[in-house]
This record gives sequence, structure tokens and C-alpha cells, in this order.
Amino acid sequence: MTAPNASDLPTVSDRLAKNAMRHASERIIEMLLFAAAAVSVLTTVGIIYVLVSESIHFFQHVSIVDFLTDTQWTPLFDDAHFGIMVLVSGTVVSSAVALAVAIPMGTVIAIYLSEFANGKVREIAKPVLELLGGIPTIVFGYFALLMVTPLLQKVFPELPGFSLLSAGLVMGIMIVPYIASLSEDAMRAVPMSLREGSYAMGATKLYTAIHVVVPAAFSGLAASYILAISRAVGETMILAVAAGMQPNLTWNPAEPAATITSYIVQVALGDLPHGSIGYQTIFAAGLTLILITLCFNILGQWLRRKFRENY
Amino acid sequence: MHHKSLTNEQVRTLIAKGKLKDTLFQALGIIFLAIGLVVIFLLVSDMIMRGSERLNLEFFTNFASRRASQAGILSAWVGSLLVMTVTAFAAVPLGVAAGVYLEEYAKRNWVTEVIEINITNLAAVPSIVYGLLSLGIFVYAFGFGQSILTAGLTLALLILPIVIVSTREAIRAIPAMIREGSMAVGATRWQTCRYHIIPYAMPGILTGVIIGLARAIGETAPIITIGALTFIAFLPPLPFTEISPGVNAGLFDWLMSPFTVMPIQIFNWTSRPDPAFEVNAAAAGFVLMAMVLTMNGIAIWLRYKMRKNIKW
Repeated sequence: MTAPNASDLPTVSDRLAKNAMRHASERIIEMLLFAAAAVSVLTTVGIIYVLVSESIHFFQHVSIVDFLTDTQWTPLFDDAHFGIMVLVSGTVVSSAVALAVAIPMGTVIAIYLSEFANGKVREIAKPVLELLGGIPTIVFGYFALLMVTPLLQKVFPELPGFSLLSAGLVMGIMIVPYIASLSEDAMRAVPMSLREGSYAMGATKLYTAIHVVVPAAFSGLAASYILAISRAVGETMILAVAAGMQPNLTWNPAEPAATITSYIVQVALGDLPHGSIGYQTIFAAGLTLILITLCFNILGQWLRRKFRENY
Repeated sequence: MHHKSLTNEQVRTLIAKGKLKDTLFQALGIIFLAIGLVVIFLLVSDMIMRGSERLNLEFFTNFASRRASQAGILSAWVGSLLVMTVTAFAAVPLGVAAGVYLEEYAKRNWVTEVIEINITNLAAVPSIVYGLLSLGIFVYAFGFGQSILTAGLTLALLILPIVIVSTREAIRAIPAMIREGSMAVGATRWQTCRYHIIPYAMPGILTGVIIGLARAIGETAPIITIGALTFIAFLPPLPFTEISPGVNAGLFDWLMSPFTVMPIQIFNWTSRPDPAFEVNAAAAGFVLMAMVLTMNGIAIWLRYKMRKNIKW
């Protein structure tokens, strides 16, 4: 206190100084909070930087045309071939099997929960779906390899021990909760008056659900399908465990094959020196993976904009 | 409808047909839901039955071994616990701070929009890509190596969107009058957040954090990608204990230690040709499932309780 007649009350200048301090610390805190929010942007920048910079080194050795058209993937052999289509075929086939299971199952469950089920059923079903969605993928991989494959082999005795089929089926079960819960949210957001209009015309519940509610919620359904595709394409452990890790250019789900993701795992399990061409292939594979998911996300955005309904 | 005129009989059959279809569809819905339940049940019961002979105390106190009957999960569960600690310490402050910023501070401009779109997109990025990111950045550029620190930070980035979104949802549920009341008595924006918004949003934030950690503890792909070892027969150094003659471990030496985690141990055991290791995989899988289901159960219960207790 510099004031000559000091009292217990703070002087005006003291109070202003404190205000300025308050102002300064408020500014600092706001900056810190902003920095935290910016970490997510830095993550994206980091992902793009790492994938692109390592892939540039890769494409200095391998031409993009070879990368896209070669029908062999043998990057660690003496006679190295880098045909990404081999891995893409595994990813496409396993994802197609998964979606063939997940889209019908998830959609039917969503329609049932939003249009037919009463509150009690819903209160049991939602946590069950959530638990199913929370099971670690490595456990699903175990399930596919040691339970689903032997079961399928009883029906199709010629099915090999590793196959895209059993991995894809289990992947489908894994994805069902995502589709079911997102689609249900979308359908529950459709206003009641639309359903009432349909009922008043004498439509049944199922007719209303399929011809009124589903079209009205289509943008939400599309979004859930797109998310499901991203999940399927990016799924790793189920495939690494149950689909074998042999590169195999095939469109037959009953064969074993490596996918983009399981190839990355296989390389990472070995001990590749930093900077070698083998090390760079996993980044090129990762870039391919990200570009595929990006394409579907853009498609999803477009579908949502095209079919968005406002009530 | 283009029918010219229907007899009562025809109308009745039409109604009956419609009702039958409704019932059939409901049955289909219930069957599909039941499949989900059956899968969970089959998984858990198979793991218990197959793994029961291995589920004893020694399984938790033994290291991995070449002999299946003596192998345990000591290094795996300790590793998982330590990695989760790093993940929680990194993801919770960052995620909550980002959520508070976006809800309470951010102006509606393009910067905010970029951050928001970015968070939505990050949630859809395959987890293995986070592994590639951290292989390039944490392992080689920052020189953290294949350590607990690298794994923890990788998983923290992976669950950050979950923590941010749940923080935002919890904050959005707090009515504006709370902020107005606080500001009316002279609190600054940060004081309002510190003493009102964050404490009231805590249960919601906690739910998101638990769900995020439950996801992280089961993640395998990103941790394999950073090059974690699959066979570890030692524990990270305990702070202040002797690691070599005359040398004590520092407080944070464990952060830089090699490690393995539960899912990697399971993967290692399922990929061995010797079926004796399947028993170990089943037992370890059951332990991991129990951890994850407990965490998810707590989160579901917390949310349920919260919904009942809220009275503003």
C-alpha cells in the first residue's frame, strides 16, 4: 500500500490493478482452453503429414501406376511387387460381408425399437446393444476364429481355417449396434404428426414405418450406413486373427486374404528398420485406407444434404 | 388404393394381412435383438468354459511363458493399467478443456467451425491410423520409442473426441440461469466454469471418460502398430527401487519402459498354432471382457442415475 492514509479498504488503483490481473489471467486461461481445442486439429494435420510424407518417399521407388494396377503384393520379397489392389480386394470383400449382415439387422432393429417396442423393451435393448458395441475387437477376433469358423466348417466342410467370410460375419455383428442406435435416433426424430397422418389413412404400423418414417429419416439412415462402412473398412484385429494375413487377390469370401489393415499389423509385428521401403509401405497402405474412408464420408455428406428433410 | 369397392370380407382379410405382417416384423426385430444377446452370452460362456482351468491367482501373478500351462498375464494387466493411467491423465484435461472452450468461450466463426468438423471427422478415422500417426510422430520424431508413454498418448488422441463430445453434451444440459446467476454476482467467465459449469457437468463428463477408457483398454491395432513387443517377462521399474546395483529408478522411469497390454497378449496367444495357448487366450479374453463390461456397466448406471437425479 503506497497510499499515505492507508485504510482497510483497497484504494481505487489497487482495485483496478486487481481487475487488470483478473483480465490477464482470464485471457491466459482462454488461450490455454483454445490450445486444448486446437489439439484435435493438430491431430488431423499430424495424420495427413505423416501419411503423405512417408508415402512420398514410397512413391519415389514405386510408380503410382504399378501401385494401382499390379496384381501382386510382395513388398518384402526380393522380387518386390506393390499392387495395392490385392489388399483392397480383401478389404472390399470382408466389408461387403459385414455390411450384408449389419445393414439389414441394424435397420430392422432400429425400426423395431423406434416404431414397435414399448419403453420397457427399449430400456433393456439399448444397454445390450451398447455392451455389444463395447466388446473389444480382439475378443471378436477370438470369437470368429475359434467359434464361428468351426461352426461354419460344419456346414461348409471345405471352408479353410482362415476366411474372409467368418471374419466378415463377426464384423457385421460388431457393427450392428452403431447402425441400430444411430438409425433409431434418426427415426425417433421424425415428428409424430407424420405417423398419425399415415395411420389416419388406414396404414398399418409396418406400412407407416417403411413408407413414411424411413424416407423421412433417410439422411440419418444414410449417415449411419456410412459410419458402418468406415468401421468395416478400418477394422483390423478381427481380420488379423480370423482372415489370415496372406495377400490374396480374390473376390471369394470363402478364401483367406490380407486386408489393408491386417497388412499393417503384420508388418508392425515384425522388426522393420525405420526408413526402409517395407516401413514406408505401411504408410502408403494407411494413406489408401484414409482416402477410401474419406470418399465414403464425402458421399455421406452429400447424401445427407440431398435427402435432409426439415419439419 | 385403386380397388373399386371391397366387400366387408375383403376388408377384413386385408386388415388381418396387415396385422400379420406387423406381428411377423416384430418377431424379426426381437430375433435380431436376441442374436446380439446370444453372441454376448456365447462369448462369455465359451471363454469361461475354455479358460476356467487357467483362471486362478497364478494366472495373474505369472509372466508370459513358452509353456502354456505356466503362462500368466502379469505384465499384460500391469501394462494395461499403466497405459490407461497415461491415457486418462492426457485425455481428461485436454478433452474437458476443449469441451469447455467450445461450449463457453468459442465465438461462432470459421475457426470454431473447423474445430467442430474436425472432431466429427476424427471420430470416424480408423484406429490403426492413429497407430501410424504415433509411429511417425511420438516414436521417431519425438523419440519416445515403443514406450508406455507413446501408447498412452496414442490412445488419448484416439478417445479425445469421445471425451470432448460428452463434455459438450453435459455442459449443454446446464441451464443458462446458472451462468447468469454466477456472472450477476461478479464471477468471471473462468470462475463460472471452474465453480459451476465443470462441477455440474462432472457426472456426464465422467460417463464419457469411462466409455472412452473402456474403448481404449480393448484397442489392439494402434498399439501393435507403434511396435509394442508381444513377449515381455518383466515389469516397468517401480519408482525409487533399485534397477541395477547402486542405481535407483526415477519417479517417471516407468513411462519410457517397454510394455505389453491385455489385448496384445490375447492376440499373441490366439495366433500361436499350439491349441494349449487357446486356453490362455480364453482366460485372458474373459478378464479383458470383465474389465470392459464393468466399465461400460458403470457408465450406463451413472447415466441412468443422472437422468433420475437432475433437478435444476
